[in-house]
Amino acid sequence: MLLTSIKRLKSIGIIGMNQRNFGLVSRYNPRHLYPLVDDKLKTKRLAQQAGITVPKLLGTLHYQHDVKQLKDVLEAYKQFVIKPVKGSGGKGILVITEHDHQFYYKPSGDAVKLPYIERHVSNILSGLHSLGGKPDSVMIESLIQIDPVFANYSYEGIPDLRVIVMKGYPIMAMLRLATHASDGRANLHQGAVGVGIDIGTGEALHAVQYGNPVYYHPDTRKPFHDLTVPHWNKLLVLASACYGITGLGYLGVDIVLDRDQGPMIIELNARPGLSIQVANFAGLAPRVKVIETLEKIDSDPQSRVEFSINNFATSRNSIRPHRETNQS
Amino acid sequence: MKTDTRLYSAVILILFVGIGLILYKHLVLGFPLMPDDKKFVWTIEAKIDFQAQGDPVIVSFALPPDEPHLTFMEEDFASSDYGFSELISNNERRGQWSKRTAQGAQTAYYRLSVYEHGNIVQIPPSDEPVPPQKPELDELFMTASLTLIEKVRAKSANSEIFTRELIQTLNSKSPNQNQRLLRNDKAGQDHKTNLILDILALEGISARVVRGLFLEDGRRRQSLTNYVEIHDGERWILFNQDTGQSGKPKNFLIWQRGGQSLLDVVGGVNSQVSFSIIKNTHSTRSLVVNSNLNEQASIIDFSIYSLPIEQQNAFKMILLLPIGALVVVIMRILIGIRTSGTFMPILIALALIQTTLFTGIIIFLTVVGIGLMIRSYLSRLNLLLVARISAVIIVVITIIASISIISHKIGLSQALTVTFFPMIILAWTIERMSVLWEEDGPREVLIQGAGSLLTAIIAYLFMTNRTVEYLTFNFPELMLVNLAMILILGQYTGYRLTELYRFHSMGQDNATDKH
Repeated sequence: MLLTSIKRLKSIGIIGMNQRNFGLVSRYNPRHLYPLVDDKLKTKRLAQQAGITVPKLLGTLHYQHDVKQLKDVLEAYKQFVIKPVKGSGGKGILVITEHDHQFYYKPSGDAVKLPYIERHVSNILSGLHSLGGKPDSVMIESLIQIDPVFANYSYEGIPDLRVIVMKGYPIMAMLRLATHASDGRANLHQGAVGVGIDIGTGEALHAVQYGNPVYYHPDTRKPFHDLTVPHWNKLLVLASACYGITGLGYLGVDIVLDRDQGPMIIELNARPGLSIQVANFAGLAPRVKVIETLEKIDSDPQSRVEFSINNFATSRNSIRPHRETNQS
Repeated sequence: MKTDTRLYSAVILILFVGIGLILYKHLVLGFPLMPDDKKFVWTIEAKIDFQAQGDPVIVSFALPPDEPHLTFMEEDFASSDYGFSELISNNERRGQWSKRTAQGAQTAYYRLSVYEHGNIVQIPPSDEPVPPQKPELDELFMTASLTLIEKVRAKSANSEIFTRELIQTLNSKSPNQNQRLLRNDKAGQDHKTNLILDILALEGISARVVRGLFLEDGRRRQSLTNYVEIHDGERWILFNQDTGQSGKPKNFLIWQRGGQSLLDVVGGVNSQVSFSIIKNTHSTRSLVVNSNLNEQASIIDFSIYSLPIEQQNAFKMILLLPIGALVVVIMRILIGIRTSGTFMPILIALALIQTTLFTGIIIFLTVVGIGLMIRSYLSRLNLLLVARISAVIIVVITIIASISIISHKIGLSQALTVTFFPMIILAWTIERMSVLWEEDGPREVLIQGAGSLLTAIIAYLFMTNRTVEYLTFNFPELMLVNLAMILILGQYTGYRLTELYRFHSMGQDNATDKH
């Protein structure tokens, strides 16, 4: 029983945690490059230099006494996102969608007062959300405007797209949709929906919540079968270009689509998770192998993306059997 | 793949050294592999009685020779007012008691504690024989002896068989007249010994008397038994002079070899010696450690055993930690259980060792539960991180103190062991879990909390296992084996057990898709 399920997972090419840590992360991601992605300010600066679109930086806070200036910094903006510079896994992110200088409103509609935000900032600064509890900095970013394509696919948060980029080649992609169960967050293990996206076309292939297939968004009831991510080519090129700025061979690129500015990079991850395989209904191993056997890495992101589109496009009929069922 | 070969050669080297050291300690130094291994220690007391006559007294007594398969733990020469010295000459040890004047009944004691190594091959003595000297016998005995020799020689091919035949013939149940004359049943065992030695000398075989003691528990007033040892040109062979059987019998302690006297008393009369024997059971391990410490075997002399007992006890605990680490590695890499804090479970396991399992778990859950409640209040107070954790530490200490006091008042003495829990670690656990609760919800707290506790309990079960405890302390080399295992596990790139569940839907669906 155990052996057969191991064999089955192996035959699909599912990569496990140990394999990821050993064969991918520690092999392709040199330790000294981690700070480039662990420090989001650095990532942002690098991306901007390379002409990659990122959310606008509204302000930064580095020391506890900066907290007093928070009110002045926030004054000018109607909407903003507060993030720990060295946070991981979406921890410590506070989104404010509107405020009247008295009350600040979270996407859920909860109203909070300034002291709440100040405490949040202070917690970030003392390292609550950073790796190893090291003192951290706070960055305040402009709020991304949800693209109308996704309007009915998300509950509270903004959907973000995770692309796994191997040596600069996008090999797998997944759209993460916040749900009521995930409390507006895009973390799959908390109940967010993961939608596997075809590298070839940007169309949805398969969707899971808590590891089980779903066919429509659990809160909005909107079916996934005709979900297609717009700006797909541009988006992949953007993801692919992140390899050039970081040098990390196994990279998770988190991208959001802004209504006005199109795709932009919000975060890079040197240890991307494995749920993407469940969402795509496919293992990473065969695609990793294709890239590993490449003799030469193309230096142009656009041609790398073309290679990926040609090689990793999924024929929809075999992997998306529910499409017929939904239509009939 | 170069790193692979490097790693595997390192693993093999470490394994080789580790197992090699363990085998060396087991096979050569005699460390038992199991904690219950016991050895018998014989305590033999020789009591020498004589009547002193007012003159200077010198008592000279043969002491058993040091043999490689024996370990003398303790020798004691207790006799009031007597000077004592040990003399070693001609492969013989003698104890000598002396006193300027003595009058009346005197007693000297010699006490020896000895045990046998089970696993060391017995080596026969290697000293060279003295060529036999023709005995001086009167006509009658000479003739009888020669007749006997003729008869025995006819049946034997070498000196070993000759000796056996000779002894058997002399001891035959229906002796002829000749044999009866020679053996003179009224004389003691010394007569028989001398007779055998004489006849062997006539045949030109080097031989000597061996006196020894049969070790039997609780015996008193024993005397030495005579054996005959012959040299067949290559080696010494020991014979029972009553049966002709060769070889050293079990539990026979050789006291003296050769014809010198067992006991000489100058300045005293009516001397006699008697032996009493007691058997004790000791753990093999402590015997081995003591004897090797005494002999300064360098591997033992530079080991934990040379430390004071208190430090040794501390090390007992420390050496268990790698076992806990191994459990954590297995749980995380092979099973895939999530724990809050990588090695926090080991510290919990250490605390459980002190508190016992059930009490420990109850205490842990109580402290963490109350801590979480108070922490959720603290989070509303808007504190900086370090201050908050410090506050949690104080809260934890307060909880622990309250548990101690309350349980003491209601008479639950077990709960007093609560102080063994590492408080800083508990405070951090509470802090982490509370953050986890806020960020990932109670489900994640439950998963990680249960994972940590499960890992801690498994580590605890291993660490309190008597055999594991014994092996880790007495064979610290096991750490190398442990290290090798961890290095190999560090290479494991297969699925974790929990991943089979995590990806289970894929496996099944894929299988049905194919149909």
